[in-house]
Amino acid sequence: MTNKAYESYYVPSQSHWPIMGAVALFMIAFGAGNFVTDLANEESGYGGYLLLAGIALVIYMLVGWFSDVINESLTGKYSHQMDNSFRQGMSWFIFSEVMFFAAFFGALLYLRVFSVPWLGGAGNNVATGAVLWPDFIATWPLIKTPDGTTTTAMGWFGLPLINTVLLLTSSVTAHFAHNALIKNNRSALKKWLGLTILLGLAFISFQILEYAHGYSEEMRLFLDSGVYGNTFYLLTGFHGMHVTLGCIMLIIMWCRVLKGHFTPDNHFAFQAASWYWHFVDVVWLILFVFVYIL
Amino acid sequence: MTTDVIEQDSHDEHHVEHKMTGIKRWLYTTNHKDIGTLYLWFSFIMFLTGGAMAMVIRAELFQPGLQLVEPDFFNQLTTVHGLIMVFGAIMPAFTGFANWMIPMMIGAPDMALPRMNNWSFWILPFAFIILLSTFFMDSGAPNFGWTFYAPLSTTYSNGSTAFFVFAIHIMGISSIMGAINIVVTIMNMRAPGMTYMKMPLFVWTFFITAYLLIAVMPVLAGLVTMLLTDTYFGTSFFNAAGGGDPVMFQHIFWFFGHPEVYIMILPAFGIVSTTIPTFSRKRLFGYSSMVYATSSIALLSFIVWAHHMFTTGMPLFGELFFMYCTMLIAVPTGVKVFNWVATMWRGSLSFETPMLFSIAFVILFTIGGFSGLMLAMTPVDFQYHDTYFVVAHFHYVLVTGSLFSIYAGAYYWLPKWTGHMYNDTLSKWHFWCSLISVNLLFFPMHFLGLAGMPRRIPDYALQFADFNKWVSIGGFAFGLSQLIFLVVVIKCIRGGEKAAAKPWEGAVGLEWTVASPAPYHTFSTPPSQKDIDNIEPQGIK
Repeated sequence: MTNKAYESYYVPSQSHWPIMGAVALFMIAFGAGNFVTDLANEESGYGGYLLLAGIALVIYMLVGWFSDVINESLTGKYSHQMDNSFRQGMSWFIFSEVMFFAAFFGALLYLRVFSVPWLGGAGNNVATGAVLWPDFIATWPLIKTPDGTTTTAMGWFGLPLINTVLLLTSSVTAHFAHNALIKNNRSALKKWLGLTILLGLAFISFQILEYAHGYSEEMRLFLDSGVYGNTFYLLTGFHGMHVTLGCIMLIIMWCRVLKGHFTPDNHFAFQAASWYWHFVDVVWLILFVFVYIL
Repeated sequence: MTTDVIEQDSHDEHHVEHKMTGIKRWLYTTNHKDIGTLYLWFSFIMFLTGGAMAMVIRAELFQPGLQLVEPDFFNQLTTVHGLIMVFGAIMPAFTGFANWMIPMMIGAPDMALPRMNNWSFWILPFAFIILLSTFFMDSGAPNFGWTFYAPLSTTYSNGSTAFFVFAIHIMGISSIMGAINIVVTIMNMRAPGMTYMKMPLFVWTFFITAYLLIAVMPVLAGLVTMLLTDTYFGTSFFNAAGGGDPVMFQHIFWFFGHPEVYIMILPAFGIVSTTIPTFSRKRLFGYSSMVYATSSIALLSFIVWAHHMFTTGMPLFGELFFMYCTMLIAVPTGVKVFNWVATMWRGSLSFETPMLFSIAFVILFTIGGFSGLMLAMTPVDFQYHDTYFVVAHFHYVLVTGSLFSIYAGAYYWLPKWTGHMYNDTLSKWHFWCSLISVNLLFFPMHFLGLAGMPRRIPDYALQFADFNKWVSIGGFAFGLSQLIFLVVVIKCIRGGEKAAAKPWEGAVGLEWTVASPAPYHTFSTPPSQKDIDNIEPQGIK
């Protein structure tokens, strides 16, 4: 009755990490709710502290949980099938991230194709333009909103272009690192992975510079500068958060490489981090085209 | 055939670990059956909570004029009632079924990612604690309807919107992780020989549902994020003054929302596609057409969203496109209904409680589907939009659809879960009371809507008084009838007639090859090829 080729699937015994993660998410959500509400009411409260404590707890939980997983993997508890579960799980997680960005890109598209032209009287909206916003001229980037807020558009040349080159290069170096790992060339692996991390950090630094430039008196491009500023900061901001997360993943992989983890045929975590890195790269390319160039 | 599988389980050295006792068992568990139980109990508690709110709503609407609650509190009740029933009752109940049954049906030792499974569940109670805590804040709970349209949820919202947003965020995280787990389990954990087209249809429907969840829950997360920044950080996504558009809110919401309604009905299709063949003692008619129909419904669900928005002044092309696409969904749905009927045709039917709920499902869900077709026609929707006709429509598909299928599934698998047969007399009382009261509750709403009574109002014109009285009486009766179910379940857990491994004569599937109650660990080694061959093709040969 027993299948001879059958490898037993590792089902972990009880774990206290998930419930800790649930409590941490509760603290984050409830803390953030209080924090934002207090901010709006110009009060000060405990929300921010609860939020920070929740973030600290979630980091502690992730470290502990992943240590367990790494130990189980190093002690050979995982089968090929388990590896597949992790791979598929990661792929679908990245797909869900794609859909998260799709919501914001969808909003950008709707605003550019429908809402802004309609406010200017396009389609069957002549009356809307003439009666509600007679002085409004539909343009993109929307540097003057219907209620008269003005701002400046962020050009694609300069920092954004440099950032595009940096991120594209980092995707290539990440691929070289993976190749080196498969060929079991550890020194090349360390070199390429280290370079990928440096490129990622450079990207984040330039992004911060770009934001400082945007918020300067010269540009006056704020989060609340109409839908151009909204979409600009939310898209680049969420992308930047994902780059930061990807960078943290890569740094952890680098530390694990230094500790001698991963073999040419068993390196799921490395692969997952590298998939994630390619994913943020692709998002940036779409973003560069639709937010900056067009 | 049954016992050797179980004995192997207990001898498998990887599973010598014993289940903990007390609260730690439930907090730390990685067992799909424990987690399934947690989901099911949580959803039932939420169902009673949301139901209690509905009872207050119906009490207020018992007669015209303001009796019991302030209009603002009434709005909070309708909002949170909807949110709880969608995200707290129906969806977790189905996830509970998925957790309990999928590993057993595909011959897997557990879900693919058991620890993440625990995390998915335990986020939910916390999310609902946050949502419900808003009732005790100065600002009160969210009052903008479960669809939280802008600008009601932005410019005109009360102070609890941030809590609502973050509660939705963590609910979304929970749903996405749960869905990823289901997809990976089905793709990767099927026993050798269990091909995709041999999977029980129940597994197929959850598979497709999980894809829908992974695709649309992140969109909801993006939407509530825009809502948050619009409300608190001065962005104008949904504000024309800054170049945005409140209608864009509805587009993004329903891009999530329409697949979401299929997330709540596709698993129901899976459950009745299991129970009807069992009690008809026939194989499921048109198994592969069921798979394709379910997939078609899922795909179509992404291109019909704006039928919720016919009256927003969309361009004519949009109105027509979304009308035709919506009506197209009637085709695969019709395939399903005809298949269920054809399965029963010349079957050797018996009317155990799961079958009663399943037959009621087929008839009443079809009524809900027909009113959906009426709503899908753009010109007539201008009459029905935001009336009680819509309320009648979605309660027919969600209560007599999703909820009835949940009851059918619960009665069907209770013997497997508890090891005891449920009390037959009480369960039939539950069915008949529910059936009569639910129709008294929701059927007159059609007439109210056609006569022009708007939804989401605490008071109404005098001419609606008679129907509303009967609707409220039906509502109280239906709510109280659900307590019978609670009694049945508790009695069934505590004792009752011992259930055999396969208590239903016509049942097929791997879950019936293990003992009742199902051992704590099942299929640590895969089921035999003979057992797998027996379940195909879906029913007694």
